[in-house]
Amino acid sequence: MVGLISALILIPLVGALALFIAPERNARPIALLVNAVAAFDALALWRHFDIGAAGIQLVERHAWIPAIGAEYLVGIDGLSLLLVLLTSLIIPFAFLAQRMDRGFCALMLIMQSALYGTFTAQNFVLWFLFYEMSLIPAFLLIKIWGGENRDRAATKFFLYTFLGSVAMLLGFLEIYLARGSFDFATLASLGKNGLLTGKLAWLAFAGIFLGLAVKVPLFPFHTWLPDAYESAPTGVSMVLTGVLSKMGVYGFARLLLPLFPNEIRIIGPWLLALAICSIVFAPLAAWAQSDLKRMVAYLSVNHLGYCMLGLFAVAVSSVGAAIDTQAALSGVFMQIFNHGITAAALFYLVGLLEQRRGLRGIDDFGGLMQRTPLLCGWMSVAMFSSLGLPGLNGFIGEFLIFKGSFAIAASFTAIAVIGLLVTAIVFVRAMQALFSGPLAESCNAFSDLLPREQVAIIPVTLLMFAIGLAPQFIFNIFNATVVQMARLFS
Amino acid sequence: MSRWIIDHLWLIPAVPFAASLVILSLPNGRHKSAALLAVAGQIAALVMSFFAFLATLQVSGFRAVQNFTWFTFGDHALRLGWLLDPLAAVMLIMITLVGLCIFVFSIGYMAGDKNFVRFFAYLSFFSGAMLGLVISNSLLLLFICWELVGLASYLLIGFWIERPSAAAAAKKAFITTRIGDLGFFLGLLWLYGRSGNLLFYDGGNGCLESAGLAMLGASAVSVALLIFCGAVGKSGQFPLHVWLPDAMEGPTPVSALIHAATMVAAGVFLVARVYPIFSLGAIDGVTSSLTVVVWIGVITALMAALIAIAQADIKRILAYSTVSQLGLMMVSLGVGGVAAGMMHLLAHGFFKALLFLGAGSVIHGCHGEQDIRKMGGLRRLMPVTFSTYAIGMMALSGVPLFFSGGWTKEEILHVTADWPASRLPYYFLLAGVVLTALYMTRQIIYVFFGDRRAASQHAHESPRVMTMPLIVLASCAILFSVVLTPAWPWLHHYLTDEPAHFEFARLIQPTLFLSLVLVGAGVALGIGMYRKAGAQDRQRPADTDPLEFAQPQLFRFLENKMWIDELYARTVIAFSCLSARLSDWMDRHFWDRLVRGFGAVGRLFGTFATTVDERGINAGVDETTVGTRGLGRLMSAAHSGQIQTYLGVIAIGVLALLLFYAWLA
Repeated sequence: MVGLISALILIPLVGALALFIAPERNARPIALLVNAVAAFDALALWRHFDIGAAGIQLVERHAWIPAIGAEYLVGIDGLSLLLVLLTSLIIPFAFLAQRMDRGFCALMLIMQSALYGTFTAQNFVLWFLFYEMSLIPAFLLIKIWGGENRDRAATKFFLYTFLGSVAMLLGFLEIYLARGSFDFATLASLGKNGLLTGKLAWLAFAGIFLGLAVKVPLFPFHTWLPDAYESAPTGVSMVLTGVLSKMGVYGFARLLLPLFPNEIRIIGPWLLALAICSIVFAPLAAWAQSDLKRMVAYLSVNHLGYCMLGLFAVAVSSVGAAIDTQAALSGVFMQIFNHGITAAALFYLVGLLEQRRGLRGIDDFGGLMQRTPLLCGWMSVAMFSSLGLPGLNGFIGEFLIFKGSFAIAASFTAIAVIGLLVTAIVFVRAMQALFSGPLAESCNAFSDLLPREQVAIIPVTLLMFAIGLAPQFIFNIFNATVVQMARLFS
Repeated sequence: MSRWIIDHLWLIPAVPFAASLVILSLPNGRHKSAALLAVAGQIAALVMSFFAFLATLQVSGFRAVQNFTWFTFGDHALRLGWLLDPLAAVMLIMITLVGLCIFVFSIGYMAGDKNFVRFFAYLSFFSGAMLGLVISNSLLLLFICWELVGLASYLLIGFWIERPSAAAAAKKAFITTRIGDLGFFLGLLWLYGRSGNLLFYDGGNGCLESAGLAMLGASAVSVALLIFCGAVGKSGQFPLHVWLPDAMEGPTPVSALIHAATMVAAGVFLVARVYPIFSLGAIDGVTSSLTVVVWIGVITALMAALIAIAQADIKRILAYSTVSQLGLMMVSLGVGGVAAGMMHLLAHGFFKALLFLGAGSVIHGCHGEQDIRKMGGLRRLMPVTFSTYAIGMMALSGVPLFFSGGWTKEEILHVTADWPASRLPYYFLLAGVVLTALYMTRQIIYVFFGDRRAASQHAHESPRVMTMPLIVLASCAILFSVVLTPAWPWLHHYLTDEPAHFEFARLIQPTLFLSLVLVGAGVALGIGMYRKAGAQDRQRPADTDPLEFAQPQLFRFLENKMWIDELYARTVIAFSCLSARLSDWMDRHFWDRLVRGFGAVGRLFGTFATTVDERGINAGVDETTVGTRGLGRLMSAAHSGQIQTYLGVIAIGVLALLLFYAWLA
């Protein structure tokens, strides 16, 4: 069914416009309705997607600005579909997280449209347009509705990522001038034999790498993240960590790795070292945080570090066995989805605690298990999922990433398990401080999970169990894509 | 029925899991339904385990495997499976039987607890995870259940959640075992990478079968040692034993479950299960990985036995005895006595559960007191508890002939003595036998003999629901010997797949006398030292331990667990905390400052541009503007709109022109 993808991109935009003719108090219900339609569209996309076929499907192609090689070219493969589904899941979840006025809802919808566009565009100009389009709503949402230090955090977030984008744009301009194409598929097929030569190649590589590394973020380009996630309102934090951070990982998988295989292979060990730094130092820093939101933010850096480890390991392997490459790639894709739902759920739950207490320091709570057993129970599930307990979703992705990476880069992977340990320490420490011990005075009047909160958190948590126990339905989405991408690297 | 259960092996762990889920959804007040569901689930698991056990008796060397695909990534399938063989079958029986006794006991012990329902949900979950672990036919599935066992122990140790010490102990248990688990995880990855298959038995391609082992080659030693890390963590071996005594913070039935049937048994079971990897390329039964296992076991066994002598908490003494006994089992596995080690594990499961539940009964009777120095004289007040406890104590000390522990310990000593690499472990274990008898005698004298002291004044015998499990377990501790004796070593042969013959003459062996002497020495020493322990004796005050009186420094050293916790706190933990703070500091003050530095450079450039703009370009433009404006004002002043002025100006102009022409002419 041609047109489903364009419809998907347009639905939230139309919704955002519709918000302004609707009464203010109906803003959130309308936004949720729009999301229901978008989710329906995404599911239709899933239905029409041929899981057995590799390559881009359901392509829509229209001429746009031929003079600069810009085309309206959208289509999906397994990875794109996975991210579209993730977006359709996280955004409504975020809408349920807090009160929002009309402007807030409209900006969220614009961001949603930009995300759909980013994950489906197959031409650089179009892709870059959507990529930047997501940045502005995020900036405004933090700047206007954020918490303490919102101005500083929003500016830092904007400038940092925007600078990265500029570097990336320059990199792509170089490629265009040399090769005359912005088409992802064309460029990827050229990549194997070297897209550019000499210093030019390294310059273009550095620019694109910088842009994506900031977006993910990869150590040491991550310092904007704790500030931004901490200051952003709960719903925005959920989208930032759940979906926006995936744009960077997506970029690495879709652009950098296929376009610059030779360059990556040369500096591979350094890239792996950066991924290891993300994995080890971020949870250590999380351990030292007293603000729950900051803590979860740092753990996000750690989880995305696993994705980077898997991707770099795949790119570095020149003689890796197919099973290892496929395991690492599958693990990365799985981790993308798992981290999306788990981290969003954690931010949601921290938001609930903040709504009840007015504060969110780890020491501002105590003995919650006696007062709010349901809240503690579901929060524990999310935490255990995040620390990679088998039986929950997090384990599947991490196991496969480690399986693939260990066979390719054993020593790096052996160091990376420290991250698993420290993550566990951070969460167990948080659980001890929040849930156990005598009930704190300030938490005496807390209400347990309200019905509307249960509606938001329980389906997501059940999904964590479903993926943890029988993950095949997620693997089906991207298995063909994994096989195809793995072939690219061997 | 036997056929059916082989095909539906997964039901054995699934039933307790399902029970746990149902119980968890019950409202908080439904005590009866919770207990009923949990016990029913356990009975169902026991019955199914029994039929599974019967199935394994049909042929010698029985092995049934059920493999299935968990998921497909790329175009590779990840397969898991269930396995029934003698090793799994005996574990199933032990776990379900001991578990059932503990469940029933808990009904009485936890009767007054407000979270009774949650407790039984966790217990069922624990049991399910452990049952899944023993019937896994895949190292990955085993690892998954292994982690779930860890989760269950975390929840149960921290069950009394309002106690900060319980929460701390739970955290310690989870993190300490996870350190070992990470080694296990790496070993698993390595094995997966090498042999390409994590199934143990897969029609000749499994990682424990010859083809898989051949692919492993020289990396077998590293893989085995990494997997052993997991066993060290779970089974409380040195240097990761520190969590096990602290786990006593949980309710006593939990201690019994952790220390007897589940959790700690997992480590020993793991080594026994993947034994082919440990013994790959063995020369004379010795490999470097097995040698490590032996020495870790020896250190653990002796260290824990020494520490146990100086503990005052009734449960802590038992905890250290568990650590010590697990060390013994590891030694046995390491020297090649897999069957002996497993037999001791099974026997230990029964008598240690008995001892813990007995301790629970004592604590219950003494209204929550756990300090043995405040008890005394309980043998008349709690006759059932006393007699069953005494049986457990004799089984643990290894009194020969009638008690299961005696036979299995005998067998371990026997294989250790034959270890070709060194005789030293054998001598250390002999010393361990004396120490075990000594600390158990000390405990029993303090608790059950002598005069009644503070806590035992108003003690009472426990209700039937608690004493019945004690009697069942005590009978098991004795009756189990039937299949253990050298005269009819049925269990040994069942595990090693050899036919068993009855031969009475083999009952009498030289080591039997040796062990009789050693245990006797230990008990005699204990009686000699502690006969008047609770009372004043010459210069020694009543509340001072005789050993403390004689050797205060040694006693202090042992009482404080050889300062190992303190050592860790000052080194590993301090280092980790420091690195956490350092990472945070680096982020705030180095990386972020670097970024802000770049920002500052940008701003500097901005300021420069502004200055050029303001002072240079803009100033020029400004000047021009000002000039133009002045000119305009001048001009507009001229355009005043008054006819008289204009006429006047015109007149002046005409006059001036006339004058000009006149001058020209």
